[in-house]
Parts: sequence; structure tokens; C-alpha cells
Amino acid sequence: MAGIPHDHYEPKTGAEKWLHKRLPIVGLLYDTLMIPTPKNLNWMWIWGIVLTFCLVMQIATGIVLAMHYTPHVDMAFASVEHIMRNVNGGHMLRYLHQNGGSLFFVAVYLHIFRGLYYGSYKAPREVTWIIGMLIYLAMMATAFMGYVLPWGQMSFWGATVITGLFGAIPGVGESIQTWLLGGPAVDNATLNRFFSLHYLLPFVIVALVAIHIWAFHTTGNSNPTGVEVRRASKAEAQKDTLPFWPYFVMKDLFALAVILVVFFAIVGFMPNYLGHPDNYIEANPLVTPSHIVPEWYFLPFYAILRAFTADVWVVQLVQFVTFGIVDAKFFGVLAMFGAIAVMALAPWLDTSSVRSGRYRPMFKMWFYLLCIDFMVLMWVGARPAEFPYDWISLIASAYWFAYFLVILPLLGVIEKPEAPPATIEEDFKSHYADPAE
Amino acid sequence: MFRKIAISAVSALVLGAGSVMAAGVAGHTEDVAFSWEGPFGTYDEHQMQRGLQVFTESCAACHGLKFVPIRSLADEGGPNLPDDQVRAYAAQFDIFDAELDDTRPRKPTDMFPVSGLSNAPDLSLMAKARAGFHGPAGTGITQLFKGIGGPEYIYSILTGYTGEEKEEVGTTFYANTAFPGGWIAMAPPLSDGLVEYADGHDNSKHHIAQDAAAFLMWAAEPKMMARKQAGFTAVIFLTVLSVLLYLTNKKIWSTVKGPKRKDA
Repeated sequence: MAGIPHDHYEPKTGAEKWLHKRLPIVGLLYDTLMIPTPKNLNWMWIWGIVLTFCLVMQIATGIVLAMHYTPHVDMAFASVEHIMRNVNGGHMLRYLHQNGGSLFFVAVYLHIFRGLYYGSYKAPREVTWIIGMLIYLAMMATAFMGYVLPWGQMSFWGATVITGLFGAIPGVGESIQTWLLGGPAVDNATLNRFFSLHYLLPFVIVALVAIHIWAFHTTGNSNPTGVEVRRASKAEAQKDTLPFWPYFVMKDLFALAVILVVFFAIVGFMPNYLGHPDNYIEANPLVTPSHIVPEWYFLPFYAILRAFTADVWVVQLVQFVTFGIVDAKFFGVLAMFGAIAVMALAPWLDTSSVRSGRYRPMFKMWFYLLCIDFMVLMWVGARPAEFPYDWISLIASAYWFAYFLVILPLLGVIEKPEAPPATIEEDFKSHYADPAE
Repeated sequence: MFRKIAISAVSALVLGAGSVMAAGVAGHTEDVAFSWEGPFGTYDEHQMQRGLQVFTESCAACHGLKFVPIRSLADEGGPNLPDDQVRAYAAQFDIFDAELDDTRPRKPTDMFPVSGLSNAPDLSLMAKARAGFHGPAGTGITQLFKGIGGPEYIYSILTGYTGEEKEEVGTTFYANTAFPGGWIAMAPPLSDGLVEYADGHDNSKHHIAQDAAAFLMWAAEPKMMARKQAGFTAVIFLTVLSVLLYLTNKKIWSTVKGPKRKDA
């Protein structure tokens, strides 16, 4: 697919020409910044900037924190307290980093759900979507390992439970678990490698983000109508788009500033609200906390993991059919990773000819139900695994899979969508008066 | 617009809810109106000093504060003791010095002693390591309004003894309405008039307990005042920046985007 036609960088002075011939880096930056962007993007298209900001902030604060942190089981907890008490501004850096993780996930979930609603994942943007899912997985791995570093009770026991998931893989599970931990249990070797990987993975994410941006700069942005920018000529494309700079840079920066007001209020006035009190108790392998709960952003998938217990008939059926190879524990692990996998497969599961949910009356209802479902999963994920929460999590998990595997494919066949506008220009003009009038 | 704000507010509440621990047999935590609550709340220097006295005369017999440097007693936004008093305070406790191969009196740069009793937990972070409030329905939304409840939990433990005792395998347990499970191994540590305050402040058991809880909150979060100040600076500057960016954005778009159509 050809890119949207637009003006490209032309070196003018001698020095510019000299550099451009050898390394067209100014041209690359110019084309990236001046990319034609659909002019009807709404406020749900600002999360990309927020996410980029989060990534930079987490790396910047993280690098300084790493200068004062000691990845050793006897010293890790004390070194975090050292940061909180003795390092100049250390408490602020640490709270920024800790709550920055939460902002990161708030933004990524809104970004993902925006994509699900407006059909951003559909052709020709499947690669952007898949790269995005890889970024999300890398974020989860990074956040999980970062949470282990303060070496509190939840760090230790969270690491024990989550690495234990790999132990559920039939046959090789135990070996994989030992390989991950660097020993038979979570210990100094685990802490060291998690620290190393927690430092490495953000840079992998930086690379993935670059590819993510490259991919959607190739196809052009999606937009709320789901109608493609006309690209037969530059003049036509200009009717549907505006250059990213300054129109969208300013809009995104304004949104980012508003979000940061809320973020800094949380960091300044209630930095521990999203955390867990047990993580202010130093890790103790001999004392298990009464409830081991992951951070809020893992709760929906943690709920799915726990939902499929041995008394669920689907689990029993699968166990019978596979001759017991897939037991309840392994089934739960498969369900958890499967929940993300079905989301990644959305481009191929959605059969509708209309891209944007705005023109799909039935889809809208199911989509809103999916949003509620996600919130319900988040809530039950933090509840004890007992009645009625076991039933709620089972029903909510079932809906998650049904949405992607049954509802999305079926809707494309049975739903009668409304007609989207013919062009982005038409949509824009129907919403906003012409300033020249 | 309002609907969007309402939706984001509800989502924020649910997000926060997830983080809260579901307590087993949770004890009852009394809500105390402490001076540092809310964005404008500050530590009360005099209460910190009284709390230090309660800690030293009562708690310190068994409990340590191993992460707290003694010199931080002189910090602003804390007990704010004069340097000579901090030196004198430090010198009360001996420490083994590997270089001297002998014990010596502590210096302000040393930490508070560790717990003297093996089953007495260190109190450095106790005020942040316990949640007093969990409701409604385990969502933890009350924490938005009352705070997480760590110091309230400490206060409630200190004042929650019913007077009942039981003996199990040679250990005495005391009935306590705040302690999860209802029975605690710590004997009631406070009584009316246990400490004599130099400033003549009320020394009934409830006041002593509040002072101790306040001191331990400071011990757990010594930089709270600096943090809130930074929070205010950031929020004010970012609000101004938001307004400027809003106006800039509006100006830039004004040539391409007119007012919203009423029928759209």
C-alpha cells in the first residue's frame, strides 16, 4: 500500500545537501513529524503520546534508581528504603517510577480498547496490531519483574506464583521453572536475573515502539470513521488530513498535560493507593501472605487464570480428551495466555466489512459489555477464590473468549451496519462548521 | 463530556479497588482524624516529639526501627529536634562497631536499634505495611477518602484490648478487636498516664496511642511533607501549562475547524 502523498524534505543549503546525500536523517525526522494525519481524530487518539511519555519517564527514573539499588536478597529491601530516605529526591523518583507503571497500563488499556472499538486492527493495520500486542506482552514482563525488585512480601510471593505457572507445563514445566528462577525456588539468582531483564526489556520495547510507529506511518493512521484517507493525489489527501506538526502535536501535548495533572496529584498526595501494603514487609520465604494479589493491571488475566478450576466441566472434558496431560492448572495457564492470544487474532476474527464500531449498532452493545467484563474481571481478580467470586470470574472469562471467538465472527454475518461517510472530509464537515463561513 | 468524565471516574475507582487486599478475619479499625490527612495535611512536630517519647519509653523495649537513621529526627517535616538533642538521644543506645571490635554509643548517623525481641516486628514501615480500610465489598474505595489506614490500624491495635486473655502452648494471647483473628501475643503496652509529657499534653491511653501512631507514620514516610510540596508545585505548574496548551491548540486549529455543529 502506497503511503499518503505529501511534501517531502528537500535539502536547501549546501550543508543540508551534503548530509542528506550521506545520511537522510533530517528527511526521516521531517517526514515522520509532517506525516498527513486524518483530521477527524478524536480524544481517544492521544494515548500513543501518553505511552511514549511513560516509556521515556520509566527509563529515565529507572536508570537513576538503578544507580542506588542493590539486587541482592539481603540488601534489596534496605536499598529501596535507602532511596526513600537518604537519596536526594529519591522518594519522588521511586514514587514516579512506581506509579508511572500504573499510568503506563491505564494508557495501554485505553489505547487497546480504542483500537478494538474503532476496528484499528483491521486490514491493512494487522502488523501494527500484532507489534502492539508484543509491546503489551513485553510491558507485562517488565512490570512483573520490576515488582519483584523491592523484595517485599508481594514481590517474593508474586514471583513464586507467576513462575509457578510455567511449572504447570506438562513434562518440561519443572525444568523451565528452574531455568527461569536459576534454582529450585525464588532466591538471589532470581532477583539478579530479574533486575538484569527489567533493565533490558524497556529497550526492546523502544525498538518495538519504533517498528509500531513505522508500521502505522506506512498504512496511515486509522480514524473514528474507519474510512481511509484518499490518496490518489496530494490535493485529495490534503482534504482529508492535516500534518502531524503542529496540529496533532499540540493537541496531544495538551491532553498529556491534563493527564499529568492527575498523575502528579496521585504521586504527590496518595502514592501508595495503587500499591499493596504487604510489599512494605521484607520478603520472607517462611511466611505466606493470606492473599497473594498481583498489581491491578494483571488482575483481569489473573482472574481468568484462576477461573478454570478442576470442577469446571470444560476443564474436565479437556483433561479427559488429552489423557490428563492438560490438567486444571495447565488449563488455567493456557486460558490466561489464550485470552491475550485471541485479542491478538482480532484482525482475522472480525469478519465485518465496516471497520469502525461507530456504524455498527449491534457490535457497540457487545463491545460495551466487553469493557464491563474487563472491569468485572479486574474486580474478581482481587477477591478470594470462593463463592460467588468463582462463578463470576468463570462467567466473565467465558464472555471474554466468546466475544473474540464467537461474537466478532458472527456479527460480520448477521449485523446490518449503517453506511459510513464517503470521505473523512465529509465526516469532518458534518461535525464542524467551516471557519471561513 | 460529563459522561466521559463520569466513566473515567468510575474506572479509576475500580482500578484502585483491585489493589486492595481482601482481608480474612479482618479486625475493626477505628478511623482517627490525623493532622497529615488530605493534600493539605502536615505532620505536627509536637505530636512527633511526644510520639518519639512514647516509642522510646514503651515500644522500643521490644521493637526496632532498623531502617530509620537517628539523624532524621532533626529533619524538618519530622520531629525537628535540635542537633544536640539528637546526639544525646543517639548516645543512649550502644552499637557494636566492627572497626573498634567493641561497642560504642550510637551517633546520629547510625540507625535506630533493631527489635530486641525476636517475634516483635520492626516498626520502620509498619504504618505503610498495614491497611486499615478495605470496604466496601473489598474494593478499597474508602481508602480514597480515609487513607489506607496504616496509622489508624496501629492506634486501633494499641487501644483495642478487651482485657480477655488465653493461654496456648505456654504463650499468653490477648483479645484485641483490631488484630486479624482477634488474639495477639503482645501484652497491652499502654495505659493511662504511662508517659509524662513535658508539655503537659493529655496523657490518657488514647492520646498516647495516637501520638505513637503519628510518630510511626513519620518513621514510615519521613519525606511526606516534601512529597506533598512537590505534588503541589507539579500540579500548579502543569495546570498553567495545560491552559496555555489549550489556548495554543485552539488557536492553531481555528483556521481549519469551526464550532461544532448543533445537529452533529
